[in-house]
Amino acid sequence: MDFTYTETQGMIRDTLARFLADTYDFDARTKMIASEAGRDPAIWTALAQELGMLGAAFGEEHGGLGGGHIENMIVMEELGKVMAIEPYLPTVVIGGGALTAAGGAVADHMIPEIIGGNVIIGFAYAEPQGRYNLANLRTSAKKEGAGYVLNGHKSVVVAAPWATHLLVTARSGGSQSEADGVSLFLIEAGLPGIVRRDYPTVDGFRASEVYFENVSIPGGALLGGEGAALPMIEAIVDTATAAICAEACGVTERLHAGTLDYAKQRKQFGQEIARFQVLQHRMVDMFMEVEQAKSMTIMATLSLDKPAQDRMAAVSAAKAKISQGARFVGQNAVQTHGGIGITQELAIGHYFKRASMIENQFGSADHHLDRYEMLTLAE
Amino acid sequence: MDMEFSAEDMTFREEVRRFIAENYPESLRAVQEEGEEMAKEDFLSWHRILAKKGWIAPAWPAEYGGPGWSATQRFIFSEEIAAADCVTIMPFGINMVGPVIYTFGTPEQKAHFLPRILSGDDWWCQGYSEPGAGSDLASLRTAAVRDGDDYIVNGQKTWTTMAQHADWGFFLVKTDRELKAQEAISFLLIDMKSPGVTVRPIITLGGEHEVNEVWLENVRVPISNRVYEENKGWTCAKFLLAHERTGIAGVARSKRGVEKIKAIARSEMDGERTLLQNPFFKRKISQLEIDLTALEFTELRSLAGEAAGKGPGPESSLLKIKGSEIQQRITELALEAVGHYGAPYFRGFGEGDNEHAIGPDYAHRAAPTYFNARKTTIYGGSNEIQRNIIAKMVLGL
Repeated sequence: MDFTYTETQGMIRDTLARFLADTYDFDARTKMIASEAGRDPAIWTALAQELGMLGAAFGEEHGGLGGGHIENMIVMEELGKVMAIEPYLPTVVIGGGALTAAGGAVADHMIPEIIGGNVIIGFAYAEPQGRYNLANLRTSAKKEGAGYVLNGHKSVVVAAPWATHLLVTARSGGSQSEADGVSLFLIEAGLPGIVRRDYPTVDGFRASEVYFENVSIPGGALLGGEGAALPMIEAIVDTATAAICAEACGVTERLHAGTLDYAKQRKQFGQEIARFQVLQHRMVDMFMEVEQAKSMTIMATLSLDKPAQDRMAAVSAAKAKISQGARFVGQNAVQTHGGIGITQELAIGHYFKRASMIENQFGSADHHLDRYEMLTLAE
Repeated sequence: MDMEFSAEDMTFREEVRRFIAENYPESLRAVQEEGEEMAKEDFLSWHRILAKKGWIAPAWPAEYGGPGWSATQRFIFSEEIAAADCVTIMPFGINMVGPVIYTFGTPEQKAHFLPRILSGDDWWCQGYSEPGAGSDLASLRTAAVRDGDDYIVNGQKTWTTMAQHADWGFFLVKTDRELKAQEAISFLLIDMKSPGVTVRPIITLGGEHEVNEVWLENVRVPISNRVYEENKGWTCAKFLLAHERTGIAGVARSKRGVEKIKAIARSEMDGERTLLQNPFFKRKISQLEIDLTALEFTELRSLAGEAAGKGPGPESSLLKIKGSEIQQRITELALEAVGHYGAPYFRGFGEGDNEHAIGPDYAHRAAPTYFNARKTTIYGGSNEIQRNIIAKMVLGL
């Protein structure tokens, strides 16, 4: 049992933290979000080419640093601290995770492209009727010749407006919520018949509703077995869930730190409000949630390679706890700031918005408590 | 970073498990299952067995008689002890005054007291709280005045756990009238058989005699029984509180407690389904289990920090707060789970008593245990005081 970072891991964290401190302050982020593209592509290129950061979690055989889940955890926590809108999660954690799991020629070709910063992936998995059930799919992939034809509607595909590729879950057989018949495809984002409705998200990202209208895709786009991809998709989404738990650690740490700073300088009744015990205890409760989020993130991250049942239970335990903690820390950060906390002016409100979106991303606390109970408390 | 146990750790776990299975006293098991009040000898029998094995003080440095285990081994040991439902080792000697003596004591104090703590020859109690000094511990009034080579001690302590069995007590006393509160306190070791020491029982909500009042009337205490410098007792007290708090998380015992509630909820019927199938009760269990996992990994991170040379610091207050809340929730759910049979009150059936027990066995102690567990958020520095500590020491408020 060991909870320390290796020297390389420590270096990854420090390098990234320094880079983000220089490039990603609140004003810079605000400008990126307000720009036409909604991002600054130079940052992504620098993360890839100057820092080698996009390769931290990939194997050396693909030109990565030989890391894995722990490196993703480190990167996501740092990105969370600055509320980065970089598409690391869908591209590296999810897209990269799928490619690593699938292996083969497509992985050999695509992973170096991800590491080089040439590829951005949007994860098109959610559907309007499906909520958090990964198998509840109406999007269909019909076999036609050597390839498939895609039809369907995917919800809130984060980073889709920037994406070179889409990772798509679709039904190649079976009925709407059946485990069998689910397939996973990595396709180019610009194929004829892909229609997007782009929009900003409340927490600063760009996303799209994506419609597939008789989109012909090559057979080589299939990752994993046809109709048998659900276990792999579940593993990828668990990996992504652990990654946003790490992001939540960064976000809530800053919410807490920002609240402390504010309480120490804001004066009412002739004294700093940090001197009021009711607020001190609130800030202690926030601190305890942040610490427990870190503990649960480590627990979940170190469980990602366990057998599916154990992995799912661990990830659901972590996400349930962290969804609750993120809500508590976020709401109390705003409350302690008072009126200024509900304006666009201060970073704190924006951290609150990201924390609130993390709560439900890849499943709410209730969803994960349900899954946890199904796995561990069944009769 | 990994959370796998090494092959050596697994072997160690086996060794501990086998030792408990082969050496835990049958008679003690019987007393526990009957729900009888434990006698002094009940506690001590298991203490002596562990002492003989050299396992009684897992956290002590090897030079003072600790087993020299890693943090992981200590964690495994506590898990196995809890999983086997062994009686709690009284913390006052091993976890509390022992570390104070080996950290701050004189060579003579170490040589005399430490072996007797390990062997169980001396039973210790803690003289901290007073009727007028609870959370505001530093406002205590028990006073020690020098008289030749002795102090003359006068005052009253309260909530003194298991003082009815104690041979020795460690006491916080005022040794200066002028200095401000924390700077006027000294840490004294007092022989409970000294003339002028009176112990009176306080009966708590579950009917237990666990805590006492201790009256000190002109008690003579040799100055050589003061630990650390005069008026520096607060340093010992704070050190001790931090030590007390790490064990207080009680993760392994709580895990066992959750398993017991699940077992109750599987056998209690709620209409056509078991209580565990009631979605509302089930949700309370899953939430509890998840909160316990968060506590467990927070403690493991803290242990890892200790292994890397950081002593138990103010963050151990977090373990105390969350650990005690979870202990209470377990007792709360147990009482809720047993339904009607939470109500009958009795202390178990003694020898020769051939009456049938009322209700299921697991219900007998549900209510008294729930009542008793209210202490966990009050003792060792109330949870509000723990929040003050974190606010001041960790958050810099």
